[in-house]
Amino acid sequence: MRVGADTVLAAPIEDVWAIVTDPERVLGYMSGITRWEVLSDRPTGLGARYRMLFRVGAAEVGGLVEVVEFDEPCDFAWTSVTGLDHRGRWRLRTAPGGRTRVELRLAYVVAGAGLSGWVAERIAAPMVAAHVRRSLAQLGRLVEHEQLRAAARRRAARA
Amino acid sequence: MSQAHATRSPSRNGHEPGDAPPRQDPPASPSLLGRAWRELAGVVGRRIPRADLDERDPDYIREQLPLFWLFSSLWFRGEVRGLGNVPDDGPVLLVGNHSGGNMLPDTMVFTVAFSTYFGVERPFYQLAHNLVLSLPGLSWLRKFGTVAASPENARKALSSGAALLVYPGGDYEVHRPSWESGRVDFGGRKGFLRLALEQDVPIVPVVAIGGQETALFLTRGERLARLLYLDRVLRLKVLPISISLPWIVNIGDFGHIPLPAKITIETLPAIDLRAEFGPDPDLDDAYDHVLAVMQDALDALAAERRFPVIG
Repeated sequence: MRVGADTVLAAPIEDVWAIVTDPERVLGYMSGITRWEVLSDRPTGLGARYRMLFRVGAAEVGGLVEVVEFDEPCDFAWTSVTGLDHRGRWRLRTAPGGRTRVELRLAYVVAGAGLSGWVAERIAAPMVAAHVRRSLAQLGRLVEHEQLRAAARRRAARA
Repeated sequence: MSQAHATRSPSRNGHEPGDAPPRQDPPASPSLLGRAWRELAGVVGRRIPRADLDERDPDYIREQLPLFWLFSSLWFRGEVRGLGNVPDDGPVLLVGNHSGGNMLPDTMVFTVAFSTYFGVERPFYQLAHNLVLSLPGLSWLRKFGTVAASPENARKALSSGAALLVYPGGDYEVHRPSWESGRVDFGGRKGFLRLALEQDVPIVPVVAIGGQETALFLTRGERLARLLYLDRVLRLKVLPISISLPWIVNIGDFGHIPLPAKITIETLPAIDLRAEFGPDPDLDDAYDHVLAVMQDALDALAAERRFPVIG
């Protein structure tokens, strides 16, 4: 099952990239994520590993994930090593007017569980989709507020 | 297990000879009832599986989790908080208050949450009453890591480095009347403290509310159980009477359909008995402390609830 959402943010692509690839900031805007702990020596980049948890229904699912794509400043993708089988991807593209089109995708599989797995996958989809949409909205507020604050600092420096 | 014990008792769950009170058989009369009870005790005893920690099967748990997740999320609207209080690795004794009769709704909600939080790879065992493990059709519980409740099995699980969930209140607490839902009641059982001290593991209290609203539990039926010698034959202190679906009046609780009560579980910060009570803690002090901590948390959870069942 794949869920995703996209939005356009009024910020340069590099600024958005800096935020979505920084493990320290994940808990600040990702809805539903309750843990995003660095397990590798390098905090980010290809091969970085995190222990993550994501609240869906009555459980926090997740496990060990590894960054498998780090294509600056466009694509950041991870895949699960243990725990729930899933992949996640931030897809950033420049948009007209110095803005950035941001897409977050989560794809998950409930493995080897027959009918209950099939049903669980579909029951969970709207919950995951709601978290994805809320995450994008929160990321948008965070990014755009930082742009406003930076602009205000520049104005203050000029004045 | 000594030879003498093995021949005296049909128990196969690893009880040391000193663990159980001296066995008092039902009246030695040649009455039909007496013989039937002895026969039943023998059957149950023979059916209790020998604890083999290797029977826990992570792949099986992983495959069953979606089904239990569905029940837990949709039927019980389960909410488990504070799992971060459980140390990330190493042995830990999870001590819960027990609710919900024999259908164990809070155990299911907690097991799903624990298994997804720490991954099915983390060894996690639960102690259950002999009778639960000897019932036909429940052998799958063993694949989830359920073993017969005995000090020997508990030691084995903890010394293997696993997390172990125990309900000291056992059958006594799980069948308390519904109006005592907000009370932690271990019935004075302190074995879990001795276990934690002996194995030198932290205790993590797991406080749950909602289970006692899945049916209307009326009485434990302790006198009835004594009258029928259930305590001596089956280690059952109770013969509970409740009003539950689909039986309406349910005597003995050999299964019922739980009402979809909201179940909220809070995992509390770990208690290190030796750090808090010195190298040789007094069991009564420690017992009072653990109970008080759990009762406080349960009071807070009870205060959050507006309506029975709905939550």
